[in-house]
Amino acid sequence: MRSLLFLWLLVLLVMPLTVHAQTSANDEAAIELLEALDVDSFPAKGEAIEAIVASDHERARYWLQSLLDGRLQRADDGRFVVVLDNTGRDWPVEDALTGEALGEMSRRDLDRISINNALRNQLRSAIAVVDLYSPDLELRRASAERLLGEVDAELAEPLEALIAEEGDRRVSRRLAQALAIHRLEQGEVEAVAELQGSLHPRVRVALARAASGAFDSRAVTGDDPVVADAAQAALVSIEQNLRLNRMAETLYFGLSLGSVLVLAAIGLAITFGVMGVINMAHGELIMLGAYTTWMMQQLLPGQPGLALVLSVPAGFLVAALAGIAIERGVIQFLKGRPLETLLATFGISLILQQLVRTVISPQNRTVVSPEWMSGSIAINDALSLTLNRMVVIAFALAVFAALLLIMRRTRLGLEVRAVTQNRAMARSMGIRATRVDILTFALGSGVAGLAGVALSQLTNVGPNLGQSYIIDSFMVVVFGGVGNLWGTLVAGLSLGVINQILEPWAGAVLAKIIVLVFIILFIQKRPRGLFPQKGRAAEG
Amino acid sequence: MNAPRRKALSHAAGQPSRWLAAALVSAGTLGISAQALAEDPIKVGILHSLSGTMAISETVLKDTVEMLVEKQNAQGGLLGRQLEAVVVDPASNWPLFAERARELLAQHEVDVVFGNWTSVSRKAVLPVFEELNGLLFYPVQYEGEESSENVFYTGAAPNQQAIPAVDYLIDEMGIERFALLGTDYVYPRTTNRILEAYLKEEHGVADEDILINYTPFGHSDWQNIVAEVRRFGSEGKPTAVVSTINGDANVPFYRELGNQGVDAGDIPVIAFSVGEQELTGIDTGPLVGHLAAWNYFMSVDTDVNYDFIDAWIDWTGDEEAVTNDPMEAHYIGFNMWAEAVRKAGTTDPDAIKDAIIGVTVPNLTGGYAAMMPNHHITKPVLIGEIQDNGQFEIVWQTPSTVAGDAWSDYLPGSRDLIADWRAPMRCGNFNVSTGRCGGSTAAEEAEAALAE
Repeated sequence: MRSLLFLWLLVLLVMPLTVHAQTSANDEAAIELLEALDVDSFPAKGEAIEAIVASDHERARYWLQSLLDGRLQRADDGRFVVVLDNTGRDWPVEDALTGEALGEMSRRDLDRISINNALRNQLRSAIAVVDLYSPDLELRRASAERLLGEVDAELAEPLEALIAEEGDRRVSRRLAQALAIHRLEQGEVEAVAELQGSLHPRVRVALARAASGAFDSRAVTGDDPVVADAAQAALVSIEQNLRLNRMAETLYFGLSLGSVLVLAAIGLAITFGVMGVINMAHGELIMLGAYTTWMMQQLLPGQPGLALVLSVPAGFLVAALAGIAIERGVIQFLKGRPLETLLATFGISLILQQLVRTVISPQNRTVVSPEWMSGSIAINDALSLTLNRMVVIAFALAVFAALLLIMRRTRLGLEVRAVTQNRAMARSMGIRATRVDILTFALGSGVAGLAGVALSQLTNVGPNLGQSYIIDSFMVVVFGGVGNLWGTLVAGLSLGVINQILEPWAGAVLAKIIVLVFIILFIQKRPRGLFPQKGRAAEG
Repeated sequence: MNAPRRKALSHAAGQPSRWLAAALVSAGTLGISAQALAEDPIKVGILHSLSGTMAISETVLKDTVEMLVEKQNAQGGLLGRQLEAVVVDPASNWPLFAERARELLAQHEVDVVFGNWTSVSRKAVLPVFEELNGLLFYPVQYEGEESSENVFYTGAAPNQQAIPAVDYLIDEMGIERFALLGTDYVYPRTTNRILEAYLKEEHGVADEDILINYTPFGHSDWQNIVAEVRRFGSEGKPTAVVSTINGDANVPFYRELGNQGVDAGDIPVIAFSVGEQELTGIDTGPLVGHLAAWNYFMSVDTDVNYDFIDAWIDWTGDEEAVTNDPMEAHYIGFNMWAEAVRKAGTTDPDAIKDAIIGVTVPNLTGGYAAMMPNHHITKPVLIGEIQDNGQFEIVWQTPSTVAGDAWSDYLPGSRDLIADWRAPMRCGNFNVSTGRCGGSTAAEEAEAALAE
């Protein structure tokens, strides 16, 4: 038994060697295939790619993928290498023919085999055809997705057999649609049934072309525009469905923009709304939160997700501490003098901006999105929801709920409400008003920091980040009703939705103006906003 | 001079050390000022925003000019004199640009100025340069429709960037529909007007195949616009986006493109304002294959470029530092000015203006740039595709260099205008159909630009 195992191991050891010997025998052919790629003209490269596909070489897919990624390069000595990491000045490489590691080479000695978009499309299609037979389900899914609308007569034949064999329903349905598009192009009216109800843009394009009668001339049924009529009928129901999807999409866009507004404004709803401090440096507190995220990602290289999660408490702390410093250093001396507070905090905002420019850099910083926040989830072929926006919506709601809980259910919340409603009375009841001031301002600032962490996933992390949100934040708080958290939520979300509904037909610039005019008129009519505070508290 | 000093020393024998020190100090300053009188440094003014919104783009240009000045000094300066950089900060504030320009020319009496980024800031300083007869080298691609006696445009005019880029889309990629997206200000609006006229007149593109959309500065919510472009592009015709979106707004724009799955294979985006510097703020993984049109890319494979990059990395001390097109423009502009100074033997503006026309210096792409009579230069046009490492892969370039055209051939008002600053014409807007020179309109243009 043991000797048998040993023999087996020996075979395993020797096998690569014999394979190696074989490849060196056909090295010539392989080099020739790659040589053909190293030409200046892109059409010639296209032919070389065809040749590689046709060669059925065992490394063909590897070459094509490396070429697609721009990592297939030629060294000065004529060898073809694959670059493993192309950052910095010296790059680690491996031999394209054998896969043997060759150490590092200077970028000066390497010439990339360049491709353009046309070749990239060709490569993707070529790889898709190879991947159709892959045992990896993900590769097959991507491949089926790719082949929609790209099936030709040559591919149509094996496709039928593949659909029958395919175990995964998503792959088989996609391939069936891909095949149906091909058959529709051949003028087969039965193909329309398969495409019925699909919302995929390529299906719609194929049907639209069919409806215009483009494929009827080839039809066997004579002069009757059978295909055109069938396609037209299918299109009508598809268009209806698309309209619904578009409305859902706009609503999602609106909610997502709204949640950003809510996040940016909710810290201000506390410092301005509850405490009555006009803090023009609110935007810069958001910026600090965003920079904290960047800092965390610098500290934890290669783990953007973990860094982002850790940034939530860190961003809160940094902004809260900055808030305390601002409150103790400036605002406490300007109590009850709103104009001076406004000017002083505006000065602080400029100082913070320039500080970041001088200490860190005037350039924007890269904050990487973790894998789970990139891309989108496809609800159907026409509607997909972007993941980063979805996370931000959830985050905004969570922050809102937590704040509501703090204000309603904790002792701090009670004290804050008491102090803001009647400071003298609260003090005489034994509440330390100064301490409450500090904690409230820290809370509001910390929430601004949280907004910064979320915004780092949506927009630039740079010195100007805060400026672009300060006006919007005040707008939301005033519109919602000063001193009311629910008002901020409703105002933020509804402004977001209104903006996104207006944008397609008014344009981004005009939509913003219309929203602003609307708010001005609204405030004229109801100066206390959507949800005014009622009762004696409102008078004080 | 030695004798009196010795006398002074012997006089002050009572407090030798104090007097000795004073004498040495005065002797020292005397020596320095004597040397300075002999070789008064040539002053190079730098007018780039170091604070405010434009600091993101302009700070590196200030550093570039400082590096070039130091390099020139290491080679012995110019005309046997040292160069001295004078830096002012116009703080992204357009009227302040005019004040700072005046300060440079009148107070510091600089011999040449390198500066400005936005068109509105250039318009603001134009009257100052014309009044005080200064020299300005402007390094950024712009909308054209201008030629001033005192300004040298080392960035691209529309015919050196936008027009070839659209030609590439049509000829090489077979694009039939165009979404022109831009930030709402003078450069995108003028460029898109030129492009729209060009597409309709020269390529017969129909009205419904052109989508134009403007967004405010720093726009960050691109969901709707990207969705609209996606729909615009899924009508069956090959579609491309031509982007004149400025600076900051690009990061959320590209991020949204990536997240909504708009792939370069389906709808390529070709940008005129996105360079290596802008890409440092973005994870470029999902953007591979989107395009940019420039006259220089950091990835240009020439030794002179690698030398420039190495010098830049050494100067900044940052291994990750990137170079970009406006930096190359300053490199060319600085060398052209230095060459003209050598040729004229003086830094006098009028002599330089005459000497610099026709001056040819190497660019970083392995060719040469020449100063044309209309104060624009010759440049190769390169199309690059974004790579996952934040660099561009050059996929196409013009066979030879293209001379900058100050007045577009595709706009009705400017078709007949030419600029030629050589004697005897000396005119920035000569109308060939009426045979008259329009004269300087710098003051009105500045007023109009600042009023916006």
